[in-house]
Amino acid sequence: MITVTHYIVLSAILFTLGVVGVLIRRNAIVVFMCIELMLNAVNLSFVAFAHYLHSMNGQLFVFFTMTVAAAEAAVGLAIIVAVFRNKETVNIDDINIMKW
Amino acid sequence: MTNVSVMTFNILSVLPILVLAGFGMIVLFVDILFSKRLGDKNILAYLSLAGIIIAAIVSRGTTPIALYSFNETFVIDNYSLFFNFIFLLSTGLVILISHQYMKRENINYGEYYALILFSTIGMMLMASGADLLNIYIGLEVMSISIYVLTGLKRSKLTSNEASLKYFLLGAFATGFLLYGVSIIYGATGSFNLKEIADFLINKGDVTGPFVYLGVGLIIIGLGFKVASVPFHAWVPDVYEGAPTAVTAFMSVGPKAAAFAAFIRILMTAFGSTHYEWQKIVYVLAILTMTVGNVVAVAQTNIKRMLAYSSIAHAGYLLVALVAANTLGVSGMLFYLLTYVFMNIGVFAIVIILSQRNDGFMQINDYAGLGYKHPLLAIAMTLFLLSMAGIPPTAGFIGKFYIFSAAIKSGYIGLAVIGMINSVISVYYYLRVTVVMYMQEPVREFYPLTISPFIVAAVVISVIGTLHLGIFPSKIMELVQQSILTMR
Repeated sequence: MITVTHYIVLSAILFTLGVVGVLIRRNAIVVFMCIELMLNAVNLSFVAFAHYLHSMNGQLFVFFTMTVAAAEAAVGLAIIVAVFRNKETVNIDDINIMKW
Repeated sequence: MTNVSVMTFNILSVLPILVLAGFGMIVLFVDILFSKRLGDKNILAYLSLAGIIIAAIVSRGTTPIALYSFNETFVIDNYSLFFNFIFLLSTGLVILISHQYMKRENINYGEYYALILFSTIGMMLMASGADLLNIYIGLEVMSISIYVLTGLKRSKLTSNEASLKYFLLGAFATGFLLYGVSIIYGATGSFNLKEIADFLINKGDVTGPFVYLGVGLIIIGLGFKVASVPFHAWVPDVYEGAPTAVTAFMSVGPKAAAFAAFIRILMTAFGSTHYEWQKIVYVLAILTMTVGNVVAVAQTNIKRMLAYSSIAHAGYLLVALVAANTLGVSGMLFYLLTYVFMNIGVFAIVIILSQRNDGFMQINDYAGLGYKHPLLAIAMTLFLLSMAGIPPTAGFIGKFYIFSAAIKSGYIGLAVIGMINSVISVYYYLRVTVVMYMQEPVREFYPLTISPFIVAAVVISVIGTLHLGIFPSKIMELVQQSILTMR
C-alpha cells in the first residue's frame, strides 16, 4: 500500500538531489535542470497532499508552478545563450568578472 | 467532494493592475508598429508615466475595512494601498531617471518600459495577495521581468553575468519558497493566509514541526528577495553589472514588495507562532546589518558600495519585523517610503555623473564635485546623510521609529547593535562627501547633458527626503491607518 508518506519522502529525496546538483554542478544548463528538478519535486508533494487532503487547491497550484517554470525556462535559456555569445562558455566557474 | 460555487469576483479591485497591464501592452504595440517613426522613443516614456499616474489615481484613497475579492485570494486594505503608492512612486521616478540613461547607453528598447510596468504589477500582486498562490505568482511576475532587465545590455559581459547569477540564484531561492508553501499546505490544508492562521490557533500543536519547517523555508525564499545575509551573495554582483537605471529600480520596488509579502505572511498567517520565527529573523537582522555595513566600508566602486548599503538597510527593516508590533510595522512602512526617495535620488546623481559604458563609477571620480557642480554635490550629500540617518532628513526619522519599536518590544540589544551599525555606515557615506568637497578633481568634468526628466526626479527626491524628515507626522498618521485594517 502506497501512502502519502511515500510520496512525501520521494519528493524530499528529489528536492535534495536538485539542491545538491545546483551546488556541485558547474554547467549553467545542468544547474538550471537541477532547479527544474526541485520545482518538480515540489509539484509532486503538492499533488500528494492534495490527494491526501481531498482538496483541489494543491493540484491547481501545480498548474501555476508549471506555467511559471515554463516562463522561467524561456528567460533563463535566453540569458544562457546571451552569455554564451559573449563568452563562448557556460561553465559558471569561468563567469567571474565581478568579485567582491 | 466539494461543491462548485460562483466566486466572489470584483474586477474593480484589480483596476490599478489592469491599467498597468494595459499600458504595458500599449507600449509594446506602439514600439513595434511605429518603430520607424518613433525616433528617440520619448513617447514610450510618456505613455508609461501616464499609465503610472492613472494607476495611482485609481488606487488612491483609503478603505475602512479590508475588501476581499477573487474567492478571498486578493485583498484591498490600507496596507496594500500604501504599498501600491510606494511601488508606483518608485517606478515613476525610475522612468524619469532612466529616459536619458537608456539613450546614452544605446539600449533604448521599447520593452524596457513594458517590463518595468509588468514588474510593478508583480509587486502590487505581492502586496495585495491574501493567499500564498497569489503572492507566489506576484513574486515570479516581478522577478522574471527583472531577470530580463538586468541582462538588457546584451553585448556587455558584466550585464550578462549579473543576469545569469541573478536568474540562477533567484530560481534556486524560489524553489525553497515553493517547498515551504507545499509543506504549509500539507500541514494546514490551505493556501489562504486567514485560514492558515485559524488552523494554527485552533489545532496548531498537531502539526507543529511541519509548520516550523515550512515557515523556515519561506523565510529563506523571501530573505533572498530582500537581500538578507546569508542569502545576499547575488546583490553586489547584480547591482554592479545591471544597467544603473535597472539597479535603481530593483534596489527599491522589489525590496519593498518582498517586505510587504514578508510582513503579511508572517504577521497574518503565522502570528500565533510569533516566538518561533522571531528568533530566526532576529539572527538574520543582526547578520544583515553587520555584514552589509562592514563590507561596504571596503568598497571603491559606488554602485557596489550602494549594493552593500542596500543590504544594510534590509537589516534595519528586519529589525522592525523582529519587533513585530504596530510601531515596528508602521516604522517599516515609513522607512520604505523614505528609502524610495533617498535611494533613487542617489542613483539619479550617479547616472548624471557617469559616462557611457559605466565610466566614472569609482568613488574617487567624485573628487572635486563640490566645486564644479555645487548643486549636484549638495543633493548627493543630502541623500547620503539621509541614508546615514542624520537629522533633519527622512532617514533619521525612519531609523528612530524602527529602533524605538525594537526597544518597546524589549529587544534592547538588537537596537544597540542597530545603532552601532548606523555609526559604521556614517563612515562610508561621509567618505563620498569628503571626497566631493575636500579633494582635488582627478578627472575632467565634461559639460553634463542633463535632461529635464532626471532633474525632476532629483528635485522630487530632495523634497521628499526633506519633507518626510521635517514633517513626518502626516505620513505617519497615514501609515498607522494602513496597518489597522490588516489583521
